[in-house]
Amino acid sequence: MSRNSSLALAFHLTFVAFMLAPILIVCAVAFTPEGYLSFPTQGLSLRWFKAIARYPEFVTAFWTSIWLGLVSSTIALAFSVPAALAIARYDFKGRDTLTALFMSPLMIPHVVLGIAFLRFFTQIGLGNTFLGLVLAHIVIVFPFALRLTLASAIGMDRAIEQAAISLGASDIMVFRRITLPLIMPGLMSGWALAFIQSFDEVTMTVFIAAPGTETLPVRMFLYIQDNIDPLVTSVSAVVIALTTVLLILLDRTYGLDRLLIGRGRDEA
Amino acid sequence: MTRRDSTPVTVTAITAERRAAPYLLSLPALLLFVGVVLIPIAMTVLLSFHDWGQYKGIEPVLILKNWREVASDGYFHEMFLRTFRIALLVTVLTAVLGAPEAYILNRMRAPWRSIFLLVVLGPLLISVVARTLGWALLFGGSSGVINKALINLGLISAPLPFMFTETGVVVALTHVLMPFMVLSVWAALQQLDPQIENAAASLGASQSTILRRIVLPQILPGILSGAIIVFALAASAFATPAIIGGRRLKVAATLAYDEFLNTLNWPLGAAVAILLLVALMVIIVGCNRLVEGRYAEVFQ
Repeated sequence: MSRNSSLALAFHLTFVAFMLAPILIVCAVAFTPEGYLSFPTQGLSLRWFKAIARYPEFVTAFWTSIWLGLVSSTIALAFSVPAALAIARYDFKGRDTLTALFMSPLMIPHVVLGIAFLRFFTQIGLGNTFLGLVLAHIVIVFPFALRLTLASAIGMDRAIEQAAISLGASDIMVFRRITLPLIMPGLMSGWALAFIQSFDEVTMTVFIAAPGTETLPVRMFLYIQDNIDPLVTSVSAVVIALTTVLLILLDRTYGLDRLLIGRGRDEA
Repeated sequence: MTRRDSTPVTVTAITAERRAAPYLLSLPALLLFVGVVLIPIAMTVLLSFHDWGQYKGIEPVLILKNWREVASDGYFHEMFLRTFRIALLVTVLTAVLGAPEAYILNRMRAPWRSIFLLVVLGPLLISVVARTLGWALLFGGSSGVINKALINLGLISAPLPFMFTETGVVVALTHVLMPFMVLSVWAALQQLDPQIENAAASLGASQSTILRRIVLPQILPGILSGAIIVFALAASAFATPAIIGGRRLKVAATLAYDEFLNTLNWPLGAAVAILLLVALMVIIVGCNRLVEGRYAEVFQ
């Protein structure tokens, strides 16, 4: 195996510094003891983390985001399992069109989806409601849920199902006792990825969220539009910390590259 | 067929059932997408043809007023030009920096390979708002960390403007979208046989010849498909240009947002958004054709 040259390593270290710099500075500034933005900070303090509790908008928005993520990624997963089984196992007319439609939220700019949802929900009386947010988020996280469900449905050994059928198991029993447990790791990862996507989404949500249904990224975005102070950095630091924990867990259990590329890791 | 039914009637019934099965299985998701994606988008297209007035609000007529305004007003030309200029610069920067990084990552040994892959791809899942906030802190006017560092190093004498400039938006967006390029090139590299590089080296090829003649042609499809993704996302980016670009430096997404939530001219905002969607679709489909036509054998 060839090694990287020292020039390549210098490039790599600069690259990594570029990728980490904005994330690290948010975390560093969050610990400032001053009443204003300062870096480097004189000493460390948790005062701005404690201040989050006194700003109920962020706390409410945090719980809205958590609930929205839990509900929408669970429903998206429930919709994606039968669709993935159909796409993985049957060669039917319109299969490619259907797959393209299901993956379209990845290609349609989120600002267009935001506008479309705002118009649609206002017309049908779902404007400014949590139900509207849930419907919109189910759609935008669906491709992530489907991609991983599809990968595990394709990679699954069908001989075990056939063995169960030949032993007289019913369709429902085969699905519940054989298929579902076998695709479960893919489903869990798909769910987690969908949850993160829902939790982070801002562009589409900013159109349909109103005071009371604002999600955390939307509240943070609107706050930053007015002014940037250490409070929003401490909120961001909390978000970064939570995401990083989830990220490392996902990397350990499933492999981050495999999760993001959506196909099996090739053992070379 | 694994069933042991013997009569022809039931066989036909089962075949029919099998034929209907994929449609029945995908029906719930299909209904969801027709109801919550296709219908709202069709309504937005319709909305872009409606009339609007400060006092009368939205009037459901079908006229070309908004489209004419977008087509004739220099303000919109400049804004769309800026949007695509930023997207193109970001695409080139991510390709020039991201492709070598993916190659270097791929040549690393365990455990560094997986650690740095996590470091480089991880930011993809971290909130865009938090990452952009980081850039706002790094840029931050004259007191920003980057300007302080550059002045201390003696590279510049006066602080460079990053906030509220295209340069700032391009730098921040390059960071935000970089993981997509690395991921795409990484995926292409996983299919590359390292023995080919070794064979070239054993035949006396220099490192630069190997890179140019062996590696680059094989990862080019990965770079191109990464470029399509990055371009599409950069052209429709919202949070980063809104925070770094501020209220004056408008791009398509932030302009549409303004029309919808500040000016309240929904039909005009819808026209801008639909135009962005159509322009991107044309560019993406065109590039895909080009890439797949040229590299048909790679995609097999």
